[in-house]
Amino acid sequence: MKTFRMGGIHPKENKFSAGKQIQVAELPKQVVIPLSHYIGTPSEAVVKKGDVVKVGQLIGKANGLISANVHSSVSGKVNKIDVQLDATGYKRSAVYIDVDGDEWLETIDRSTEIKRECNLSKEEIIRKIQDAGIVGLGGATFPTHVKLSPPPGKKANILIINAVECESYLTCDHQLMLEKGEEILVGTTILMKALEVNRAVIGIENNKKDAIVHLQQLAKNFKGIKVEALKVRYPQGGEKQLIDAIIRRQVPSGRIPIEVGAVVQNVGTTYAVYEAVQKNKPMIERVMTISGKTAPNPGNYLVRLGTYLASVVDQAGGIPEGTGKIVGGGPMMGRSLMNLNVPMAKGSSGVVFIRKEESVRKPVKNCIRCAKCVTVCPMGLEPFLLMSQSERNMWDEMEDNCTMDCIECGSCSYTCPSNRPLLDYIRFGKTTVGGIIRNRATKK
Amino acid sequence: MDKLIISPAPHIHGGDSVSKDMTGVIIALVPALLVGLYFFGLGALVVTLTAVASCVLFEYLIQKFMLKGSNTVMDGSAALTGLLLALNLPSNIPVWMVVIGSLVAIGIGKMSFGGLGNNPFNPALIGRVFLLISFPVEMTTWPRPVPFSAAYLDAETAPTTLAMIKDHFGEIPSTLDLFIGNMGGSLGEISAVAILIGLVYLLVKKIITWHIPVSILATVFVFTGILNLANPELYASPVVHLFSGGLMLGAVFMATDYVTSPMNPRGMLVYGVGIGIITVVIRAFGAYPEGVSFAILIMNAFTPLINTYIKPKRFGEKVKI
Repeated sequence: MKTFRMGGIHPKENKFSAGKQIQVAELPKQVVIPLSHYIGTPSEAVVKKGDVVKVGQLIGKANGLISANVHSSVSGKVNKIDVQLDATGYKRSAVYIDVDGDEWLETIDRSTEIKRECNLSKEEIIRKIQDAGIVGLGGATFPTHVKLSPPPGKKANILIINAVECESYLTCDHQLMLEKGEEILVGTTILMKALEVNRAVIGIENNKKDAIVHLQQLAKNFKGIKVEALKVRYPQGGEKQLIDAIIRRQVPSGRIPIEVGAVVQNVGTTYAVYEAVQKNKPMIERVMTISGKTAPNPGNYLVRLGTYLASVVDQAGGIPEGTGKIVGGGPMMGRSLMNLNVPMAKGSSGVVFIRKEESVRKPVKNCIRCAKCVTVCPMGLEPFLLMSQSERNMWDEMEDNCTMDCIECGSCSYTCPSNRPLLDYIRFGKTTVGGIIRNRATKK
Repeated sequence: MDKLIISPAPHIHGGDSVSKDMTGVIIALVPALLVGLYFFGLGALVVTLTAVASCVLFEYLIQKFMLKGSNTVMDGSAALTGLLLALNLPSNIPVWMVVIGSLVAIGIGKMSFGGLGNNPFNPALIGRVFLLISFPVEMTTWPRPVPFSAAYLDAETAPTTLAMIKDHFGEIPSTLDLFIGNMGGSLGEISAVAILIGLVYLLVKKIITWHIPVSILATVFVFTGILNLANPELYASPVVHLFSGGLMLGAVFMATDYVTSPMNPRGMLVYGVGIGIITVVIRAFGAYPEGVSFAILIMNAFTPLINTYIKPKRFGEKVKI
């Protein structure tokens, strides 16, 4: 069974919500839709206080290349446009909408009937995806239409669908594949057309055997799509790792996947592409997992964007007793939340409750130079060295030791027997070194 | 609800700890220790208990009264140093020498550099080499293996295989005896099979990787093989070299010491080959019949250099410019 060739760990999977049917979360009374979803330039609001909006109506227009349209996820009246603390801990401009009924734009096809035919041209597909405000739903939220438009001179020859879901606890992609398998394959075909490739591989980790079998069955009716079972190993969902696992090519340092002829799209994104292109439905809702060892009702919920996480968590039984930390996203790369009064964004894949005992980091001891961080690093770096260089402000040395290649997967900190905060220091160093590199570039 | 904890990712930890790793190595040493106790009886027991107890005690005292740091003896590394030191000593060595060896190992070898993680040289080997140079007679007089022996200081002595090879006398034990450990030697080094069981355990538990032990053993095998082919009269066969002296113990347990060995697979291979070559050079051409301890200490000194100049294989294809 294939997997990536360097480093990696295998945290306890804890997929408590696996196989739990996707439940439609209740419509909230108010939504707060951020005008930027983690990455890229914030979009510009095109509604003002008092405007009446329908579900799917454009409320924020993309601003520049790395930016995405934002649509209303509910119908109702715009209450205000104000700043709101989001799940990443930053204040962002957001549109507050008071919900009134559930009236959708007429152009959106709300039937559940699967529409397989797509006769649109490559340009029309990309335009539709761009209009629908689709971004990568794996977490980085990079605008999808940009990824579908390779720089001049570069040509993709394979599309890779990232259905790895290597983070513990999260099951939203898994459940989506079980329930919307055919739609995902149609979405894949559409993406293949947009990229003009005739080969696509859907990479799924082997702990989702039912999804693998299901999609393999369905894929028989789709030309050029292969479903590949991958050995369970974190961080296989990392773009570079997944490409290495599937086509045995390693994207060069500082380059993007197109360099080796690959484009990677998340499986949730692929479903959103299907809905956008075939059903005219913009990016207004997504599936998220609510889970944790003590979660009363771990499950997968279809949630409208801008819903307060607290409202979804309440429907899943509330915050369990003894919770020490609440993570937005998976436990390896997610962010710990200050509270649940933050809106659901396009990249919100889950809420995970961590028990108090597990939340507190153990005391840091001396580095015993066991080299386990080096062994597990999927990028072939030396975390122990980067940490000590970061502690000593040795930025040039950090750059020489390839710190910018770090994908911040956290395998080093996870493994360290001395509980050293390796990634904290590396991240800090990366930010500084990144600034130095940008400065140098502008001076030239 | 109580306040939530905020921290950067990752939010979970694998549960590995220093004491788990140390305990793992100690468990891996149990087979070798049992063979030592079987062949050397009472003497082996006394030496082992003395070394472990004095290493732990010295670390505790130094930490408490000199470094005034937090108590570190519970991480198990002092006990491991004591055990490794004992396994590198003849079982008929007087107790007071064991205590001195432990003091040098812990005090000079480890704590003077700031404790676990900071020492450039393997502490147990510092202790052993100090004793070897200070008390050459006691350190090179090995008892004859007698199952369940009750003898200690008065044990009947026997030469090691390597001494026989060096000075061309006696009958080299059969390969089977070399393999199971029925021969003269230090307390824990005699049985290749017991040490290999320990190696399997270390590899399965992912406490160490294969690079260091395999590169050392392979280098010694190839190098002594060449010498043996060139002159079988003068140089023993590679199999005898592999299974005699401290090579197995050194390759599996001493050279793989976390703190003093290189930090990436490529560096580990260079380090291992270096140890192998130096060992054979000392065994074949040096004054001492055995050279594993010296070889490891010499390569320990090269470890920072190896870490600086030999980098792990980075992810990513090279871009043609």
